[in-house]
Amino acid sequence: MPPTDQRAEVFSRIREALRRAAPHRHAPSPPGAIPGPGDGPPAANTFRNWLPAVGPSPDEQFALFASHCAQLRTELHILSSLDEAAGQLALLARENSWRRIATHRHALALPPAEKLALPTLITNEGYAVPDLEQCHAAITGCDALVAQTGSILVSSGSAGGRALSVLPPHHIVIAQRGQIVPDLAAALSLARERYAPGWPSFLSFITGPSRTGDIERILVLGAHGPKRLTVLIVP
Amino acid sequence: MIAYARQFQQMAARYTADLRHRGLIQRALKGYETKRDEYKGRFQNWSQARQAASEIKWEAINRLDRYLTEFITKLEARGTHAFVAGNAAQARDYITGVAKKNNVRSIIKSKSMTAEEIELNEALEHAGCTVFESDLGEYIVQLRREKPYHLVFPAMHLTRGEISQLFRDELGSTPTDNPEELTMIARRVMRKNYCSADMGISGANFAVAETGMISITENEGNARLSTSLPKIHVALVGIEKIVPRLEDLALFLPMLAIAGAGQPLTCYNTLYGGPRQPGECDGPEQFHVVLLDNRRTELLADAEQRDALHCIRCGACLNVCPIFRNVGGHTYGTTYQGPIGSVITPHLRGLQNWKHLPSASSLCGACTEACPVGIDLHHHLLQNRRNAAQDKPSLPEKILYAGYVFVMRRPALYRLSAKLTRIFFPLHGMIKKTPLDPLRAWTRTRDFPAPAEQSFHAYWKKRIPERKTPHAAN
Repeated sequence: MPPTDQRAEVFSRIREALRRAAPHRHAPSPPGAIPGPGDGPPAANTFRNWLPAVGPSPDEQFALFASHCAQLRTELHILSSLDEAAGQLALLARENSWRRIATHRHALALPPAEKLALPTLITNEGYAVPDLEQCHAAITGCDALVAQTGSILVSSGSAGGRALSVLPPHHIVIAQRGQIVPDLAAALSLARERYAPGWPSFLSFITGPSRTGDIERILVLGAHGPKRLTVLIVP
Repeated sequence: MIAYARQFQQMAARYTADLRHRGLIQRALKGYETKRDEYKGRFQNWSQARQAASEIKWEAINRLDRYLTEFITKLEARGTHAFVAGNAAQARDYITGVAKKNNVRSIIKSKSMTAEEIELNEALEHAGCTVFESDLGEYIVQLRREKPYHLVFPAMHLTRGEISQLFRDELGSTPTDNPEELTMIARRVMRKNYCSADMGISGANFAVAETGMISITENEGNARLSTSLPKIHVALVGIEKIVPRLEDLALFLPMLAIAGAGQPLTCYNTLYGGPRQPGECDGPEQFHVVLLDNRRTELLADAEQRDALHCIRCGACLNVCPIFRNVGGHTYGTTYQGPIGSVITPHLRGLQNWKHLPSASSLCGACTEACPVGIDLHHHLLQNRRNAAQDKPSLPEKILYAGYVFVMRRPALYRLSAKLTRIFFPLHGMIKKTPLDPLRAWTRTRDFPAPAEQSFHAYWKKRIPERKTPHAAN
């Protein structure tokens, strides 16, 4: 017999427990910093004052993104046109002897991928998992690039589903320079504007290639996800 | 003595004497400390960020009924099955029920301490399923048939040599002491499992009330694969994981990564808002979110310690705790180790059985200082000690203190007892450290201070004999 949902019992225990008020642990904050108890928690736009600083201009933000990429071992290539991106992609394909690639219908990802003239899996209409598993590289778009953390925001729509950007061993993102946003809060707000209330079932901040430190805390790239992450920037 | 406490003492004695273990843990945590401080330093103001994080969790926990209702409503609106489990058995039964109903044979699991808490793997295996832990550290401890050593770094206590030997014994792989090669062995094994699993099970780091999404933080990509490929995804989530708004994650995600792993941000921070939606090309057909109480509401009812539910399970308090670093994670015998475990385990599993944990602390406060959401951990340890003593006073202690009070209230008796101590103390040397020694628990590993040759009273009288103080005149 399946167990019955304990919703009513758990909620009545919660309401009973909350009848006694808990103290606020922290001293009142300096005036103007964050609202005090009773005014609700601090709003996201005030976080910016405490999180790592991000410059106001797109150029500064882009430079910060690039410096994070270097630290995270994300390979970043800044290109002057989509044709040049296709050239860069062809170079990667030759160097790494790709024989099979995967991509999705996306204005930035599909045209350069098609120019490679390799067997190409397009995920949009569904795919067989073993077919995707055999691909040497995945080429996707993205929703935003985050300067503060060097992250790439992807979603089911912008990256051809959930698995395309994580199953093949090399993930290539093609993005426009204008997709840079200052921080995580801005990226989340952008996703809200773009999707709410019809949210995709999957949104992810990708920050560098897959990694682990589970053996003696020594960094190893390519634990279960992509061993390499390449970002190609077009104007 | 309670069996749990005896086991703690025996294991603690063994681990504190194990210099190899201590060296391993200290080496593993050294890099963490340097990196954590570096990335904290990049914040414009870490302490205000910490205060804000604390206030946001205060808001979520103290209005839990409201935010949980909102979370469940939003989840269900997009086709997710939400199930509220009052205890561990109900959560286990629900998840094994989903597995049976869908003829699930093979399950891929990403790291979840909540699943450890309810011993989910055992229940699923009992129901005839095979469960593969996909996180590298969890996979290693699963192969060793061992519990995780640390709530963030499960295999922190093992050397590459031991892992290589394990992989050779269990998987027949070629021995290697290269961490990268060892990781690739696990990667190859797990790739097959992702593709063939019928069900994926995960935990969650945050549950966003406003949008009805769960957020999972990871580095390896195993959680993403476990939640993308199988046709069913079950997420097991403690009811305290709630945050009110989506943008709150902009604060919590970097703080969790810095405090937990000494990284500016972990590799994948993913939000899941439902099963595969119309127009999407992959993702599970069924998405179940199991919300677990399992006595969290008892901790909620303790207003004094309610902020222990603010915990985001980063493990920072373990990393800095001098007790954890010496006795190691397995000594605790709990799902949640270290200071946070010693605070919440007495609530979750019974105060009298686990009251030894809050006593295993130097009360140095390093945990409270390290906590990114500002939980008052070391005071909660003291409160647990107080509650345990009030709840069930110890008779020998009561007699001892009654005797102490009796003597201290009578100066003549006090002076006499001090004199007797001086006379008989040299005899203590004869029984010191033997089973006859009443102070054995102390003297086994430490010196007991000898009483001063004369008391301050006697000294003062001798030093200024001509000056009669009113007290001496009596």
